[in-house]
Amino acid sequence: MTAIGDEFKRTPVSEPSLALVVRHFVTSHVLFVVGAVVFTVIVICALFAPWVATHDPIAIVFADKLEPPSLDHLMGTDSLGRDIFSRVMFGARTSLMVGVVVTGLAILIGLPIGLLSGYFGGRVDTVLMRFSDVFLAFPPLLLPIAITAALGSGLINAMFALAVSWFPWYARIMRGSVIRVKNELYISAARAMGVSHTRTMIRHVVPNALTPVVVQGSMDFGYTILAAASLSFIGIGAQPPRMEWGLMAALSRSKFLDFWWTVTFPGLAIFVTVLAVNLLGDGIRDMLDPKHKEFR
Amino acid sequence: MLLVITLLGVITITFVLSRVLPGSPVELMIGGHPTQEQIDAKKHELGLDLPIHEQFVMFVGNTIRGDFGTSLHTKQPVIEDIAERATATLELTTLAVVLIILIGVPIGVISAVHSNTMVDHAARTLSIAGVALPVFMAAILLQMVFYGALGWLPIQGRMSSVILLDYPFERVTGLYLVDTLLAGSWIAFKDAAAHMVLPLATLTLATLPMVTRITRNMMMEVLGEEYIRTAFAYGIPKRDIYYRYALKAVLIPLITVIGLAYGFLLGGSVVVEFVFDWPGLGGYVVRSITRSDFPASIGVTVVLATTYLSINLIVDMLYFAIDPRLRST
Repeated sequence: MTAIGDEFKRTPVSEPSLALVVRHFVTSHVLFVVGAVVFTVIVICALFAPWVATHDPIAIVFADKLEPPSLDHLMGTDSLGRDIFSRVMFGARTSLMVGVVVTGLAILIGLPIGLLSGYFGGRVDTVLMRFSDVFLAFPPLLLPIAITAALGSGLINAMFALAVSWFPWYARIMRGSVIRVKNELYISAARAMGVSHTRTMIRHVVPNALTPVVVQGSMDFGYTILAAASLSFIGIGAQPPRMEWGLMAALSRSKFLDFWWTVTFPGLAIFVTVLAVNLLGDGIRDMLDPKHKEFR
Repeated sequence: MLLVITLLGVITITFVLSRVLPGSPVELMIGGHPTQEQIDAKKHELGLDLPIHEQFVMFVGNTIRGDFGTSLHTKQPVIEDIAERATATLELTTLAVVLIILIGVPIGVISAVHSNTMVDHAARTLSIAGVALPVFMAAILLQMVFYGALGWLPIQGRMSSVILLDYPFERVTGLYLVDTLLAGSWIAFKDAAAHMVLPLATLTLATLPMVTRITRNMMMEVLGEEYIRTAFAYGIPKRDIYYRYALKAVLIPLITVIGLAYGFLLGGSVVVEFVFDWPGLGGYVVRSITRSDFPASIGVTVVLATTYLSINLIVDMLYFAIDPRLRST
């Protein structure tokens, strides 16, 4: 039986060893660590694709077409005899780029809107928020499809379209976060000292309001990869010379019943990547934003 | 009121998009190699020679009247194309919503009630994995198993053409499952149902993780409330607490989830209808875009966005009707 308050008594402890700290971190964030490891592997594959790839990803070898997976062709070959493993490795570059560009661009558009909206409130807020709400009035995936249709198919346009249809979420999150921060004493203090609105926003509001945006960004990264792959799959995203997983699956779609590997491996690549990214994102959220921690 | 403003915004966006379309739609509409006079005449007919603000007013007027012009591909009014296909999408998404509620909500509740048990971990692992699987990949995997390997289910369209010819039925509602039953044609019904299974399963699987996850979180939150703990303290049977008190509190926010799921399904149906050749609006969007059939793609975009907005509005109104606390404010 311990007396009340015992748990508050300090017992002298020696500094925990590094190994212990690492072990504690790993055991308490298993999924995060798994996600991080897998993600790192994918990043390495993308960066060093020319060295990881076993074949030339664009070399057409008709003699080897539609070979099942073997030691030579780890994931088999497609209908033009190209090595699927090598193509999947190069495809990682595209998907990671899509994730970074789309999420980054969406934040770049949404952040200033949310900042101004939350900071000034009133009419500015109404106008900016109504404006961004319109972009949320389309069912998911429909607006990117429509924008891509208007601009013309292609990966660059598809990325732009995804960013444009995704920015309102960041505007909203930033707005909420700014409203919370702007009533803090240090903001009033800055204003009272004669710091201009612009400077207050940039130096004092943004850094303190950024966490939720970063959290959301890390959670959305995987979603953008998925959405871009879907656009490519239905034929309005990445176009043929480019190596993109969704596109690879689409090109082999008519043959998947007889040659399962042509579709399955690109699809699997998307799945593993998005899964790893999502686990990573969940972990980042739990660490940065304890309130959001799912009830355990 | 807000709906009107948002709708106007939606129309504005589609107007802007329609004016930056690549290529010359006018040439596409006439076909062949038109002369400059023909192009000018067509432009005049469509009002494309008017100043941009007058074009906009015309566009808004036409849209409100449901006049989206003539599809370049099917050569009939876009609104008729849409009407023909809307029921196919409606049938698919509505059944998916029903399935999702019947499967997703109980899983979420069970997961919350038995949190941190094997059941909970299994449900959550599945939902984490489910979110990461692209919809088209889920569709293809199902096709591989149930068509390719087992040969049990068809993977294209709403009906087999053979059965459609042998067992014709009147399209009263446009929902094939209902129409075939009304016609009393059991064989046609079975065929329609068989065609439905895989697209439906794909849509359901794609949306399920979101719904179970939200349900679980909401249920966990309610279970932490004081009145639930009080109920436990009074020794009220667990089953009553979970299913009579806690679930009741969860049902209201659940309406929001259902609205969300419906919207998500409208988006998801684009990919699913494309993969399964389902003759609905989603497939129509993709096809009209890849064929640069611009009146069709604009029309269907406006219609889908309006539907989505209306669903959200209905959800808000239901919320209002069910939760008395909201009425007083």
